[in-house]
Order: sequence, then C-alpha cells, then structure tokens
Amino acid sequence: MDTRVDRDRAALKYLPAMPHQARFKRPRLTSILLWLAPLIFLLLFYFYPLGSILGMSFARAQGSILAPFIEALSSASIRGVLWFTFWQALLSTLLTLAIGLPGAYLLARYEFRGKSIIKALTGIAFVLPTLVVAAAFNALLGPQGLVNSALMSTFGLQQPPIHFTNTLTAILIAHMFYNTTIVLRLVGDFWSRLDPRLGQAAAVLGANKWSTLRRITLPLLLPAIASAALLVFIFTFTSFGVILVLGGPQFATLETEIYYQTVSLFNLPLAAVLALIQLVCTLALTIIYTRLVSGLSRPLSLRPTHITQRKISTWRGRFLAGIVILVLMGLIVAPLFALGFRSISNFERTESSTARQGYGAPVWRGFTLENYRQLNINRRGSLFYASPATTIAVSLGYAGATVVLAILLGLPAAWVLSRRRSSFLNRSLDPLLMLPLGTSAVTLGLGFIVALDKPPLDLRASPLLVPLAHTLVAFPFVVRSLTPALRSISPRLREAAAVMGANPRTVFRHVDLPLVARALLVAAAFAFTISLGEFGATALIARPEYPTIPLAIYRLITRPGMQNYGQALALSTILMLVAGLGMLAIERFRIADIGEF
Amino acid sequence: MKKKILLLLASLALVLSACATGHQTLKVMTHDSFAMSEELKTAFEEQHDVTLEIIASGDTGSALNKAILSKGNPIADVFYGVDNAFLSRALGEGIFEVYDSPLLAEILDDFELDPQKRALPVDFGDVCLNYDRLYFSEQGIQPPLNLADLLNPEYRSLLVVTNPATSSPGLAFLLATIGHFGEDGYLVYWQGLKENDLLVVNDWETAYYSEFSRSGGSRPIVLSYASSPAFEVIYADAPMDEPPTGVVSGDGACFRQVEFVGILEGTRQRDLAEKWVDFMLSTSFQEDIPLQMFVFPVNQNAQLDSAFTQHLAIPDRPAFVSPEDIALNRERWIQEWTETVLR
Repeated sequence: MDTRVDRDRAALKYLPAMPHQARFKRPRLTSILLWLAPLIFLLLFYFYPLGSILGMSFARAQGSILAPFIEALSSASIRGVLWFTFWQALLSTLLTLAIGLPGAYLLARYEFRGKSIIKALTGIAFVLPTLVVAAAFNALLGPQGLVNSALMSTFGLQQPPIHFTNTLTAILIAHMFYNTTIVLRLVGDFWSRLDPRLGQAAAVLGANKWSTLRRITLPLLLPAIASAALLVFIFTFTSFGVILVLGGPQFATLETEIYYQTVSLFNLPLAAVLALIQLVCTLALTIIYTRLVSGLSRPLSLRPTHITQRKISTWRGRFLAGIVILVLMGLIVAPLFALGFRSISNFERTESSTARQGYGAPVWRGFTLENYRQLNINRRGSLFYASPATTIAVSLGYAGATVVLAILLGLPAAWVLSRRRSSFLNRSLDPLLMLPLGTSAVTLGLGFIVALDKPPLDLRASPLLVPLAHTLVAFPFVVRSLTPALRSISPRLREAAAVMGANPRTVFRHVDLPLVARALLVAAAFAFTISLGEFGATALIARPEYPTIPLAIYRLITRPGMQNYGQALALSTILMLVAGLGMLAIERFRIADIGEF
Repeated sequence: MKKKILLLLASLALVLSACATGHQTLKVMTHDSFAMSEELKTAFEEQHDVTLEIIASGDTGSALNKAILSKGNPIADVFYGVDNAFLSRALGEGIFEVYDSPLLAEILDDFELDPQKRALPVDFGDVCLNYDRLYFSEQGIQPPLNLADLLNPEYRSLLVVTNPATSSPGLAFLLATIGHFGEDGYLVYWQGLKENDLLVVNDWETAYYSEFSRSGGSRPIVLSYASSPAFEVIYADAPMDEPPTGVVSGDGACFRQVEFVGILEGTRQRDLAEKWVDFMLSTSFQEDIPLQMFVFPVNQNAQLDSAFTQHLAIPDRPAFVSPEDIALNRERWIQEWTETVLR
C-alpha cells in the first residue's frame, strides 16, 4: 500500500469518534418515556395480534406442536421455496443498489433542471399496485407491447423476440422498479448533506477520485446504504404480488406459500411455521445490520444542499449523468408513461390489423378521454360505486393519518436509538422495530381478527384499522430514514447548546429538529407513498363504500370488458398523478424549510 | 386529513343517530366482489327499519378464513360468498346456523348442495374457456367445441389458463377436467395440453388482459366465464351487436361455481338475518345480481336483462365434483397437477 492510502486513513481518523454516552448524560427515564408510545403501539397492534394468531394456529396442529415444523422442514418443495426466497431477494437487492447508487450520487451532488421531477417520478413506482405494474410492463414489454411491436416491424419478425411475463427477469426488474426509490431517497438524501470538504481534503492530500470514494465517501455513506439495502432486502424477501403476477406459477416465495397454505388449504399450523421462519430471518438480518452499523456511524457536520451541490460542468460529466438518468427513466419512468399513454388511447381491432400482426393486435386510433369520463358515471346504480374524487379523498385521508401517526411514533424511537446506542434497551428494541416489515401480511391480517375482537378494541370491522396497518409498514421506514441523520449530528452542537443552558427539549427543538428536517421529509414521503399504494391490508379491512384508489382499481381490473380495463388504467394514472403531486408537495416544504440552515 | 376527519365525524353521526332512533344494524360479511344496487339496499333498510352494514373482507378464501377465526364472536350476522370449492370448509368448521328459508322452494334442487340448509345458494357462474372470434375467423379455423379438441395440433400454442393453486377459476377449470375425464384421466389430459404448448399464469387478470389475443396478447383461447362475452358487449369501448368472444361450452367443458349465504353462528339478530337471507333469494335481489356481480340468479322466477338473453350461453351440462370430494382431495389434485404441468 502506498502512503497515499495511509494518508486517507489518517484523514478519516481526524473525524471525531463516536461520543461516549457518559459525555452527555440524560436520565434513563427519558429513554423509557420516549419508547413508551412506539412500544405500546407495537405491542397492541403487532405483537399481540401476531402472538394470538400463531398461538391459535399451533393449537390447531394435529399431534405434537413439532409436527408442522417437521412437515415444513422435511418438504423438499418448501426448502426450495426458502432457498429461492433468499437468493432472489439478495439478487434483487444487489441489482437495486447497482441502479440506485449512481442515481443517488447524481441527485445528491449535482444541481440540474428537472431534478425534483425525476425524484417524484421514481417515487411514483412505489405506490402502484402489482396488477397495475404488470399492466404497465405489459404495455411496454408484453407480446404486443411497444418494444416487441417495434422490434417485430423493424426486423420483420413473426414472433415477439422479448419474452417478459413469467420469467425471473420480470421479478428482478419489477423489484428494481419498485425499490430503487428507497436507495435514491435514503442514500441520496444523506449523501446530499455530506460535507464535500472531506473529499476535497483527501484530494488535497493526494488521493485520487477512486480512492476518495472508496476510503472516505463510501465508509461515511455506509450506514445509509446499509439501511437502504436492509429495507430493500426485507421488501423483496417478503415479496408477494410481484412474484404472483409477474413471476408466474414457476416461482414461489415464503409469502406466496403462506398465502397458499392459509387461503387455499387452510393449513394454519404450516402457515404459522413459514411465517415464523420469515420472521426469524428478518430478525437475524436486522441484528446483523444493527451490529454492523453501530460501528460505522460517525458524527458529521451535515451541510445544506446549496453548499454540497454543484452544476455539471464538463461534457464528460453531462454524458455520464445522461446515462444514469436514461437508465432510471428506462427502468422506472417508461412503464409509467406506457400506462398513462394507454389510458388516454383509443384502440381498435380490425381485420386488416389481424392480417398484419397475426393475432389481431389492437391498432392505435388516437387519443380519447373516454376512460376518464366513464369513471365518473355510476352506470348500474351500484351501492359501492365511488367517484374518482371520493377515492382520492379517502386515499389522501388514510395517507395523511398514516404520515402523522408514523412520524409521531417514529421520531421518538429514532431519537432514543440515535442517542444511547449501547444501552440495553436500545440494543434489544432496535431490531424489533423492523419486524413488521418482515411479517407475513396474510398472517398478521388474521391476527387482527383473532386478537382485536373485544371492546374497547373491537377493530375487526373498523376503518381505523387501515391507517393503523399502514403505520405498521411505514414506521420502520420512518425510523430508518431518521436514525442515520440523527446519529450523524455532531454532539458538539448539542453540547454547545447545553453549555449555554438549553435543556434537552430545547436542544432537540433547536438543534436536532432543524438538522433532521430533511430526513423528516423523506420519512413523510415514505409514509405517504406506503399508505397511498397499500393494497393487501386495505382490501381486508376497508369499508366497501369508501374504497381507496388501489381498491377501486382492483374492482375494475377484475371484471371482463374493455371499458372496465380502460377505466382501471385511467384510475391508475390518477393514482400516479396523486402520488407524484403529493411527493412534489412534500418536497416543496423545503422552501419554508427549517432544515436549510 | 380534514376529509378523513369529516368522514369519521359523518360515520359517527350516523351511528349516533341510528342508536338514538332505536335503529338496529345488520352486519353482512362478504368477499370483495360483492355488489348490489343502492336502490335495493334502501328498500331493505326501509322495509325492516334497519341499517345494513356490508363488511368486505378480501377474496373468497380470505373472507371465509376471517369468518371461521371469529366463530363464536362473529364480526357479522350473515356471511355471503362461500362457493362450492370452499363449502366443506365452512360447514366443517360449523360457522353457520340452520335456516330453512321458504324461498328455497323457488330454487332448483341442483343448487342446494347442503341438505341440512346451513348454506343456501344465491347465485352461480360457469367457468369456461373463451375464444377470440376475430382470430378464428381470420385464420379460417373452427374454434374448439369441447375439452378434447384442445389436444389437436391446430390449437397448438393457443391456450392460456390460470394456476389452480392461486386462482379460483383456475381451480374450477382443474375440477372441470377431473369431473369430465375422471380421476384416472385428468392428468393424461393435462399432459396432452402441456405438450400442445399450454401457457399457465397465476391470475385471471394476467390471462385475460395480458395474454389473451383480444387484449393484445398472443393466446386466442383463455380461461374465463360463460358470462364474459355478454360483459364484453355491455362494457364495450364502442357499441357492438355481437360479442367479440365465444364460449367453449361442450359437455363437461365448464365448471359451475355456486355461491352461498348463511346465518353466522352466534348472531344476536337472528330475525333480521333471516329477513336478509330471504331478501337475497327473492326475485328483486336475484334480478339485480347479474349486472352487479357478473354471476347469475338461482331463483327460477328471476328474469334476465335482455343483454344476457341475447348474448349468453349457459352451458347445459357443466362438469360436477361434490364439495366433499373437493375438500378431501384439493391439496393432492393441485399437487399432482403442479407435478404434471409445471415441472
């Protein structure tokens, strides 16, 4: 190793080490009190229902309680499912990072026009129900989709050259499509506040770009990257809709197997074992993550973005940026546009088209707003008809409640976690926070039915259950978005405030809060989009008179008739618009920003 | 947020006003495909001085699971939507009370699959293969008439069906082949379909809206319902005289799904629950069923809308497998099917 590297290492050493907790004493009681709300929430709406359904399921086991375990482990097909679940999640995570990190760098370090649009567009993917995403990819890559049609007519092919549905590629691409925004937001946000002077200092000391990245930037980013990777992994590990709809019958994950065992076969004991396996995997992973990250975080002075970001000046830079944007657009934005395009298109099938294309592919006949007009008509006087305006209002209502609830619960949890990392309480509670994400939605949904059945908590048929369920999913995201930012706040700022006589609350209000405002917005955006797009839990508990947008889409797309399909596409486009506008609005908060100091 | 609060306040006001006037509430638990017209709901509520609360609980299997797990302390008074593929599970778990409705007299005996009258039939739908008329007229070949035809070379690479493990019509079609070819013959048939390049997807939406040639896919024969052609006319983009799709309705080519309603064990509203069950079986509700739920009435006196009488072919002789056989063998059949078709 040359001396340059040692100098890099030296540069890193000059960063202050993690503060010893003794340096800044606060009574333990505060931690306990701050934990109280999130813990009560989790106990009541997560652990209690989950424990009830698992207990009830095992009670139904025939013979000993070990029987379902033996059944699960001795089945070759279930071992196969476990193995596939694991490696597809790993592969999906690596691919998502490969796409997301360059994008995060670009969004974090450079200033260019249309940046917030790109951010919002990539975030839209996150809210779309799987059936809609399948329709979007089909409009693009299906047998008669835009790409295949173009290739067939260009090269005079008889059969569509690209085969997309029911392949592993479809699963991986859809996972990247959904989850890249997690990397962009979590890593990109953190990166954008990283002091560029650290890199510059390394450069002055003689480090080249590559070794600066490897020895300075990456180590500093690692906590955020690990957070994002963990979330992506857990999301893809518990993947359900993508596997079912895009992967097809050849593929099964633990979650699809749990659904099959529960709903089709009513083999609750076996489903419970699978749900437990899924939980233990999530827990193990989160514990490894917590251990890894606790050694990595360093307090930094985060900088406002107008200092860290610059314009792209060189042609080479523009070229590389162009490639990154192109890849993101192709992966995420193209299917969205294909969907929007189809929703305002008029297609016709004629005899001549059959002769040309072989299968009578519908021919494009111009634009129309008919699908949107039809959405507003209750043709059959149906009781459960809901206009787009109603569904938007219902969706926004649930999303608003979820944002408020998830932040109220997530902020105190993230705050204690970032303060007293070595305390026993924190070390044991931290990994538990991620569990709801790794829990089978099918199992937990039944848990609500079994557990929350007595007044005052008879919530089995209550619409309140919807934002509660959404918050369970959003809560880990909020905590994971906030902790890296909270942890990296230099303790000196806090100490300075304390020395000047500020009490802990004032310190939080005037030091921590402004510094994490940006991360709070990221957290809010996650909570908002999670709630807006959530389908599974909502379908189990929402009131049919007040469907959310995804629920209304589902109703339309499960019926025959091109008009129903057209309306489903139109409503999906409306969902994209609502999500996009919502995220732009959240970005907008920055103008009145307490965060840009 | 504000809207949400308003919504909550509105529903709270509703509940309070209901209590104040001594109103009763009848809760009906269903799957998420349940629909009815607003008019009928109001009529029932006014006639019996009751507020009707519909609780949608996910797909058929999920809704039934919820009803089973809340047995003894039921979420609702009535459960609607268990079909013959799930009937044995519902009856075996004992979630229903016996109710011998006088309206059963108007219903064909064929539909009454529970002789003890715990689950009463409400509607039926036939799962059948549909074909794309345009494709077959263009290519100048005859569409298939029955299941055996599909093994012929001219239908190679034309069929898309759904997975019986994940899709309710998929299971129904597997049952049709079992009913038609018998336990000894069905796997041989599926082996033949596989050799004729059958395509299997997991859900009806992918089959119908992605792979079916009518929607831009490359397969002109798709698994759907006998009613789908009529709905293609009713919900067409542009008005049409003739349905764009046809049904393969030969002997034993379809499987009949019957949906049932039952009074949930432990209800405190037994009288009202009976009234609701009678209402569901009465002609006014039965005639509302097709256009709301895309299935058909079991009451012989119910009249069908002209759109259906013109375009609907209800198969005369669907394949039959009893609910007990389905419950006993479902797992094995699906497993054997998986081994044969997917491996």
